[in-house]
Amino acid sequence: MLNNIYNIFFIPEIFLACSSFVCLLFGLFLKKNAFRQTSNLAVFVLLLTILLVYYDSESNFANYKSLFSHSSFINFFKILALLGSIASIIISKDYFSGIKLKNFEIPILFLFSTLGMMLMIASNNLMSMYLAIELQSLSLYVAAAIKRDSISSAESGVKYFILGALSSGILLYGFSLIYGFTGSMNFNEISFYLSKYDNLNLGLIFGLVFVMVGLAFKVSAVPFHMWTPDVYEGAPNSITGFFAIVPKIAAVALIYRFCLVPFENFYLEWSQIILFLSIASMFLGAIAAIAQSNIKRLLAYSSIGHIGYILIALVAANDDGIKAASIYMFSYMIMNVAIFAILLSLKVKNEYLINISDLKGLSKSNPIVSLSISIIMLSMAGIPPFIGFFGKFYVFIAAIEQELYVLSVLGVLASVISAFYYLRIIKIMYFDESKSEGIINFQISFQSKIILSLSLFLIICFIFYPSLLINISASLTI
Amino acid sequence: MIDWPLVSVIIFLPLIGALIILFIKEDELTSINIKWAALLTTLGAFILSLILWLRFDYSNPSYQYEEKFRWFDDFNFFYHVGVDGISLFMILLSTFLTPLCILASWNNIKKRVKEYMLSFLFLETVMIGMFASIDILLFYIFFEAVLIPMYLIIGIWGGNRRIYASFKFFLYTLLGSVLMLIAIIVMYRNTSSMSIEFLQGNYFSYNTQLFLWLAFFASFAVKIPMWPFHTWLPDAHVEAPTAGSVILAGVLLKMGGYGFIRFSLGMLPEATEFFIPLIMTLSIVAIVYTSLVALAQTDIKKLIAYSSVAHMGIVTIGIFLVNQQGLEGAMMQMISHGLVSAALFLCVGVIYDRMHTREIEFYGGLVQRMPLYATVFMIFMLGSVGLPGTSGFIGEFLVIVGAFKFSSYVVIGAAFGIILSAVYMLYLYKRIIFGTITNNKLADILDINTREKIILIPLAISVILLGVFPNLFLDPMRLSLELIITNYEIVNAK
Repeated sequence: MLNNIYNIFFIPEIFLACSSFVCLLFGLFLKKNAFRQTSNLAVFVLLLTILLVYYDSESNFANYKSLFSHSSFINFFKILALLGSIASIIISKDYFSGIKLKNFEIPILFLFSTLGMMLMIASNNLMSMYLAIELQSLSLYVAAAIKRDSISSAESGVKYFILGALSSGILLYGFSLIYGFTGSMNFNEISFYLSKYDNLNLGLIFGLVFVMVGLAFKVSAVPFHMWTPDVYEGAPNSITGFFAIVPKIAAVALIYRFCLVPFENFYLEWSQIILFLSIASMFLGAIAAIAQSNIKRLLAYSSIGHIGYILIALVAANDDGIKAASIYMFSYMIMNVAIFAILLSLKVKNEYLINISDLKGLSKSNPIVSLSISIIMLSMAGIPPFIGFFGKFYVFIAAIEQELYVLSVLGVLASVISAFYYLRIIKIMYFDESKSEGIINFQISFQSKIILSLSLFLIICFIFYPSLLINISASLTI
Repeated sequence: MIDWPLVSVIIFLPLIGALIILFIKEDELTSINIKWAALLTTLGAFILSLILWLRFDYSNPSYQYEEKFRWFDDFNFFYHVGVDGISLFMILLSTFLTPLCILASWNNIKKRVKEYMLSFLFLETVMIGMFASIDILLFYIFFEAVLIPMYLIIGIWGGNRRIYASFKFFLYTLLGSVLMLIAIIVMYRNTSSMSIEFLQGNYFSYNTQLFLWLAFFASFAVKIPMWPFHTWLPDAHVEAPTAGSVILAGVLLKMGGYGFIRFSLGMLPEATEFFIPLIMTLSIVAIVYTSLVALAQTDIKKLIAYSSVAHMGIVTIGIFLVNQQGLEGAMMQMISHGLVSAALFLCVGVIYDRMHTREIEFYGGLVQRMPLYATVFMIFMLGSVGLPGTSGFIGEFLVIVGAFKFSSYVVIGAAFGIILSAVYMLYLYKRIIFGTITNNKLADILDINTREKIILIPLAISVILLGVFPNLFLDPMRLSLELIITNYEIVNAK
């Protein structure tokens, strides 16, 4: 296949890896404005990578078959992750300048972490999966702690690192058990080996549980969610935005692939774990968010809740489930991009907005912004006619297709609880009387405005032509 | 029959008006433009819905003016709207009341006029859309989207406890309707269809029906509301601004009744048969209990709110009698209540705008200063009591006639409630209208002005029209109701 050696550079991952190094050098030798230039270059690189993923043919991939896999599901999630990371680089540019954090390494870290995520999504082998996870996580650990003179940023970086390392250790132990009992690292070979048996033996069950724990940590499903609120809170807002938008996409794709490829025949074994994670995440996400006063912690719990819904679709484990997951993940990404685009441009008394109560009076001073926040919140709560509703709707279709009635009812109940805190934000903006007006500034760059308008457009107008996304997600195969 | 999509135009006309208003800049001078834009849009929708009525084919029991487009490629969800005899008057009620609401808020909404009008226009689109949907998913989307503008209307322009009331309203009704979502998906899974028209057969096994029925019951019983799920209603009514209460009482409560007729009766006949005793019991408790509670109220709006629960009790009895008189009575009672309670809230609004209190104690002897007001108020009060010649009578009479076929205990309960309704309404009227003026603050209160006449007189005329010529309204709906009853009887006679 490699009759032309240059073909190798058109493999998206290799292209992204090489370009990341180019970006690094580019940033290093720039004297002026290194951060902005590198960010722009990074966005450009990611755009090219999307094109390469889109036109990627299987033939390019032949040499890595045992390590990485190739399917429409993988490509969809790769593009989603790339889009998320483009959006988060663009919306965070002004914020970084605002807090005088202009290290050109930040976009590079995002690039490396995105590379790790693409490998994670595509990995078809325990070893490549582990390495991809580590590449992704290490970049994120550094990113969380990037604001060196801030104690909270350092704390969140260290917390994330220690807990992340622990979960990687558990994951690795699980891998070793699986490898030990099946004799293979490749997903398909494991699946083939396991197809000869009706039951998993004890060692494999242990391995499976350990891997599940590690993956649950990565998607921040309850009870392995503890790091999420703290890391979200401590990291600079734009890093939080990246955390909320992109790594979840990769981790969800990975947990889907891990459950549905090597262990597809052992639904009963892993579905119990996922079922528990799902219910616990939905309810804890919904209830714990009620008491939060910090918007970033609130969004952290909200993302935990969303993970619960995505895991419902995994428990369903049918074609509708895969479809639901891709639609839900798309809506999740769009909503988070929109809310972070706003949060990264809102300043209260020259400080970036942290406390929810500071939103008071926003509806008077900035009616359009508060209307946008309300729409995003209602969409996150799953109220029609916004996109968030359709995400949930497809999840419940998948669940009921599998006759998971109790799980669906629990799911909708949790969504009612979570509606409370989303509504609370609307309440603070619209219902609470504020005496001091005009302390909130909304300054947004042209590029972020485009991203924001585009995502709001998708949130509102999805209902008019849903088939565009739905046809794509219906054709996905794992 | 008609070559342009009339129903869609009616649904989306208010939304287009809302979009136009969105681009009007709001300040002291231009807020009047916003009001006129909203008023003209809603009047346009009303006139179009009158055309809908005029061209309506009385001899056709099924949907007319149907429009159907493929909406989702993967499942059989359609953008499918149309009008039949049942939804025709619900749509008319919505389009009739919304311009009145806009007029009623002409002067007393001073802050955020733009957002207010946007909410009302969005609300109108959603209400009409809900009644016109033939696809259940479309119905559900509209059904839940109603919560958004209503939440804002109560929460921004409401009274002192508006935040509590708006949250209670939102979460209570959301909890009901999410269970309906599960039921809808289960229905789809069993039949691969989301068409209300198609599903009005008998497609579900008995046990499935029972669960589906309970899920639908959860959402409609909260919406209509039935005792003991009614506690959100008094709070929402008392705290909402006048126009909010009008829409809430006039249209939103009817969504519950409409849902019961379409879904419970139409799609789940066997389960309905099973649950009829439950409904009857709850309804009679509601009628008697809330009437007694209404008697003890000191706030005028709260009294009318409790009377709404009692009147809706008559509606649920009528619906679940599942005979011609019962259903026609329930429909008439819904239309009548939509007009009468809306008018009563507007009447309360009139004196509230002048005195800024709703305490019954505060008033007394208004007839001395406001003779015209006293007359109009009396028409609506008598309509609420159900005096012959007013709209309230037709509904209650038909329901009681229908109830004799079912059980005389139900008749006794319903009749007792009607007597109690006369007690609390007449007592209210006596306390605030009759007598001499004892409160000095009322000494120079003014009678209703032209704007208020424009609002109240059409309502008074329609209340009497409905009472004198009920067939004008009963004829179009008769065949559609017969269709549901026939289907119900065939299934349950097996």
